[in-house]
Amino acid sequence: MAEYQNIFTQVQVRGPVYAGVPVPTGNWNRAGKGSFSYWLGKIGDAQVGPIYLGFTGVASLIFGIASFEIIGLNMWASVNWNPIQFVRQLPWLALEPPPPNAGLCMICPLNQGGWWQIAGLFLTISVLLWWVRTYRRARALGMGTHIAWAFASAIWLFLVLGFIRPLLMGSWGESVPFGIFPHLDWTAAFSIRYGNLFYNPFHMLSIAFLYGSTLLFAMHGATILAVSRLGGDREIEQIVDRGTAAERAALFWRWTMGFNATVESIHRWAWWFAVLCPLCGGIGILLTGTVVDNWFLWGVKHGIAPSYPSVFPAVTDPSLSIGGHP
Amino acid sequence: MSYGTFGARMVAIILAIIVLFIVVGTFQRPPVYGFQHGFRGTGAVQLYNPAQLATLRADNALPHSTPAVQPIGQTAGQSFQNVQVLKNVDAAEFARLMNDMTTWVAPNQGCNYCHAEGEPLSSDKLYTKVVARRMLQMVMHINSGWKNHVAETGVTCYTCHRGQPVPANIWFKNGGAPTAPGSDGDRADQNWPIATVGLTSLPFDPLTPFLDKDHEIRIASTTALPQGDRHSIKQTEWTYALMIHLSEALGVNCTFCHSSRSFTDWQQSTPQRNTAYFGIRMVRDLNTNYLDGLASTLPANRHGPLGDGPKLDCATCHQGVYKPLFGVSMLKDYPELAGNAASATPGRH
Repeated sequence: MAEYQNIFTQVQVRGPVYAGVPVPTGNWNRAGKGSFSYWLGKIGDAQVGPIYLGFTGVASLIFGIASFEIIGLNMWASVNWNPIQFVRQLPWLALEPPPPNAGLCMICPLNQGGWWQIAGLFLTISVLLWWVRTYRRARALGMGTHIAWAFASAIWLFLVLGFIRPLLMGSWGESVPFGIFPHLDWTAAFSIRYGNLFYNPFHMLSIAFLYGSTLLFAMHGATILAVSRLGGDREIEQIVDRGTAAERAALFWRWTMGFNATVESIHRWAWWFAVLCPLCGGIGILLTGTVVDNWFLWGVKHGIAPSYPSVFPAVTDPSLSIGGHP
Repeated sequence: MSYGTFGARMVAIILAIIVLFIVVGTFQRPPVYGFQHGFRGTGAVQLYNPAQLATLRADNALPHSTPAVQPIGQTAGQSFQNVQVLKNVDAAEFARLMNDMTTWVAPNQGCNYCHAEGEPLSSDKLYTKVVARRMLQMVMHINSGWKNHVAETGVTCYTCHRGQPVPANIWFKNGGAPTAPGSDGDRADQNWPIATVGLTSLPFDPLTPFLDKDHEIRIASTTALPQGDRHSIKQTEWTYALMIHLSEALGVNCTFCHSSRSFTDWQQSTPQRNTAYFGIRMVRDLNTNYLDGLASTLPANRHGPLGDGPKLDCATCHQGVYKPLFGVSMLKDYPELAGNAASATPGRH
């Protein structure tokens, strides 16, 4: 029997284009009539559109594209408008925040962080407008606002890194550059400066929820795929009658670990794990430099960093015995 | 059902080629051996690739050296004119050293690289001779004054030169590639892939502030809670860049010196960190007191793009090996290069 509704769907079932439920009055209308894409049908629903952008969507795209352009053009300018070098060096290029000695300049010189401020402001406006859009579209469909609040958790981490923490530290220079490798090097430098972020308990929690999310996603995804041959992927029927697929899925986990989440609660598990990952991460970043200055020493102080047997002859700081600045 | 199959194949082939390039260009050919040298669980492991080690071994083969000679009982100062540094060395040993210095530094150019053709040996006409004299003083200074870095192994001209008049690993001040004129595209002294910092996006010239000047290297806080330490993350990136240079120059990773738990804690560091500490100070001393002073002696074609003279860093001697020449001492065969306590300066600058 052919299977459908998996990644690489083998059989595409196509009805007429569905326009969706009516849009409430007072809103913009949906754009386009919708069409079909064979290739998208391979990995999901073959129907594309109609799309609803509305005021917040259009405004978000305008600010987002403006920010993207500011970042990209600054990167291009940093290789003297050389198109080949722009492509070759792209992963290394960045738009850097203001230098540390500029502090919290209100309007920094354009080439010393001013562009970074504008790009950051526009990107923040864009992201917040997109958040409003996810909230309002969910409400318009009569849905809950879980997606918006999950998105808000990611926005929280984004704002802590680029706005709230630099504000508390009194320096935009503490913030993250816009760039592929540069933001990764920033991350490593951040941990080195503050004595190893692995000893930050909120970083630990964030990692636990990150890995936990992948574990839960794998468990849930595998469970549903495993019972899809019994109709387990057709949720409409499960609302009326759980059916043998859901029964077997639940039984499998009771057999293997003695406990099973329900069809509904597994999604709460997944939602909370995903939301708590950036939420805890943001708290951990916010505390770094503001409340704790060296996480390893903090870990030693609170007994979470064990001491290991010494393997080498005792090593002492040479600057203590010979003087001079280290 | 069949439409799109050709497109799918083309996409798959292109993706496969891209993946192949990434795999071949990014990864080393296995095997890679890991050697644990610290307590378990602390990441104290050094990685070695036998193919690369074989290349390094070949690159670090010792040169032919002239056998020891019988002293003739007359010093170089008595036998030759204008001998300033080695005047108290026996003339026979002096001649042997001159011979081997040619092998070490100018094997293709010969004696005339420093001693002008048709001039007496005492002539200082060529700048290379003036530089060589200063370099001899530097070698003796290293061997006598920086034992906390070079120990009794010491260095000779060959440690850096390896048969080339200009050592392979020297550096100049780096102003970076040009950015666009106007008020955009500032690189903030970083985000430019160069080998000095291991092709990272870290600041591309950490050598000037740390190895020619004595800017502060330490950036990690020494207190659990904030007590006024204002070292910034950007400053940390400069230190990080210097450390990447050390790592690349010595062919080791961070845990050769540091504990992965706390890079800053000396109690958990390896003894090698102590050696490296003095190495950094030694390089500073040599750049400041020997190399920088030679810039005006050297002709313009030996200067860097910003007009400064060549300088040395960790790679100049180490050349990708944790100990130059894998720790073999050439100095013991040339005791006249050991310098003496009187010419030594205290081991800190």
